[in-house]
Amino acid sequence: MNTTNTTLPDARGRYGKYGGQYVPETVMPALEALVRAYDAAKADPTFHAEFHQLLTDFVGRPSPLYLAKRLTEHAGGARIYFKREDLNHTGAHKINNAIGQALLARRMGKRRIVAETGAGMHGVASATVCAMLGMQCIVYMGSEDMRRQEQNVYRMRLLGTEVRAVEAGSRTLKEAVSEAIRDWVTNVHDTHYLIGSCVGPHPYPMMVRDFQSVIGREARQQTLEQAGRLPDYAVACVGGGSNSIGLFYPFIGDAGVHLIGVEAGGEGVATGKHAASIGGGDVGVLHGSMSYVVQDEFGQIKDTHSISAGLDYPGVGPEHAWLKDTERATYVSVTDDEAVAAFKLTCELEGIIPALESSHAIAYVVNRLAPQLPSDRIVVISLSGRGDKDMATIMARDKAAPGGH
Amino acid sequence: MNESIARAFEQARREQRPALIPYVTIGFPSSIEDTVAIVPAIEQAGADIIELGVPYSDPLADGPTIQAASERALRNGVNPRACIDVARRLREAGVRVPLLFMGYYNPILRHGVERYARDCADAGVDGLIIPDLPSHESAPMLAAMRPHHLALIRLLAPTSTEERIRSACAEAEGFIYCASVTGVTGARADLPPDLPAFVGRVRKHTSLPIAVGFGISERRHVESVARVAEGAIVGSRLIAVIDSAPPGERARRAAEFVAGLVGRSAAPRA
Repeated sequence: MNTTNTTLPDARGRYGKYGGQYVPETVMPALEALVRAYDAAKADPTFHAEFHQLLTDFVGRPSPLYLAKRLTEHAGGARIYFKREDLNHTGAHKINNAIGQALLARRMGKRRIVAETGAGMHGVASATVCAMLGMQCIVYMGSEDMRRQEQNVYRMRLLGTEVRAVEAGSRTLKEAVSEAIRDWVTNVHDTHYLIGSCVGPHPYPMMVRDFQSVIGREARQQTLEQAGRLPDYAVACVGGGSNSIGLFYPFIGDAGVHLIGVEAGGEGVATGKHAASIGGGDVGVLHGSMSYVVQDEFGQIKDTHSISAGLDYPGVGPEHAWLKDTERATYVSVTDDEAVAAFKLTCELEGIIPALESSHAIAYVVNRLAPQLPSDRIVVISLSGRGDKDMATIMARDKAAPGGH
Repeated sequence: MNESIARAFEQARREQRPALIPYVTIGFPSSIEDTVAIVPAIEQAGADIIELGVPYSDPLADGPTIQAASERALRNGVNPRACIDVARRLREAGVRVPLLFMGYYNPILRHGVERYARDCADAGVDGLIIPDLPSHESAPMLAAMRPHHLALIRLLAPTSTEERIRSACAEAEGFIYCASVTGVTGARADLPPDLPAFVGRVRKHTSLPIAVGFGISERRHVESVARVAEGAIVGSRLIAVIDSAPPGERARRAAEFVAGLVGRSAAPRA
């Protein structure tokens, strides 16, 4: 899976100063075992073969690269392509990683999976894969997110997963991650923690990146085929950062391809109500790794805000922190309002309902990037998921807004 | 090397009893004044070493009781600076037992690793327990602590491999903290049957005292721990006792509970 564009992380799980393993001692032996098991799986052609077979037959890969013609005309500049992860089984990129990790867990003899979820997409992907492989699945979800994403809770239950409500703190993704880690700490002998993003202690950020880099590998090949050359820009939304690292990673060695991550600006980074870890956070340790973290002056992790539950997280993968510091990638942010406007524009102009998460990337490209570029430039956006799950959020917002639809 | 921790264990050994190490979250339940009142009372009641929790927003290694205590302390405005002030006030008030700060790594990083070590030592803290800083990530912290004679207390778990036990013990100071169970902090009905075997595995690699925590909540637990280890750490149940006491009674109830754990009345130590 690793396309050897970079040699990171190093043997200690570091991307420069970022990454590492800041976890309770209880799970350290499990992490060491996971590192060994993943190294062995990486070197095993049968593991790759099964992974790719399932990506093809179960997920429906490769996902198309689609020229968004009317959005391109509307922006009046660079050609805009969508990498259609929304067309995957379960409706988002999350399934790529869920399959990879579940196969690894099975290989390690672990039959019980715990996962966290924010918007519910990773929870649904985990529930789906566990049903397919006959594994037990428990998903931790903040009770506030359960309220926001009622349908996904029901989907997970239909798939045979036990959804456990987390009542601590802000009752969202951060607390769900903490609770999933506590479960793992307690049941580590038979349980694999199937983390949904490129966060957490080593080897998770590397593993999730490798499983998700199918996005960038396909996109790179497809752009070469369709446009006869590499794109000029690869753009993706960044919460924890799994779809973006998946898109970026195979392009890291292509110096001419600009990589842009779009964080959730919420009500504006300056208001403090945001989830932009890189744009509005500082270096710190959260959930097992060192990276950029939204925190207060005393190192307490702050509550974040984003209209998209999937980006509503105060940390970001350590490899993004490294890409930011080395200036290989650029990170910007987009507000709730901009994301919602881009969501509606994409519905109206393209006949595609994008996830609110992905709408952040679309907003940045349509409003700020593409119009500044000549028409021979190519921008690839990771359309990381579909927006059906966001209907209730959009409806509520329209009802509340004066003169709304 | 911090001598006071070794002396505390030595005194307990001479008295043929386990060292008792109660835990309280700083600033819980209502304010730091609670802590300033509770700590001298539990010292008088027989605590040999006192573990003070520096509250954190995301305490991964803690169960519901200490999570909730931490959340309330944060709402009461407690931060690492306030915790350091509490340690200083306790020393000024004559508290003599070793004080350990139990806190997660991010607030320490934010405070500055070197500054934290210096400020803690200046305030009279003897050691640190950092549950999300396993031994292979602790080099910068250790380097900052050594000049100040602060002990970094190592945590080991029943899942710890021989190799991890060996490397943690090789640079350990003060005592070894053995988590009795694979899991998070919190009171439990019984101690696990494999505790003696686990402690035995650790003992092979260290001559330091061993203290057992996680799930120790009653006198009979302390007594069983005494058969295999030199110290017992009691956290969640003490937090619950303090929480259920009326505001004016918190220090007294905490002292009664601690005295009960060591098997004596709440009368002050002679």
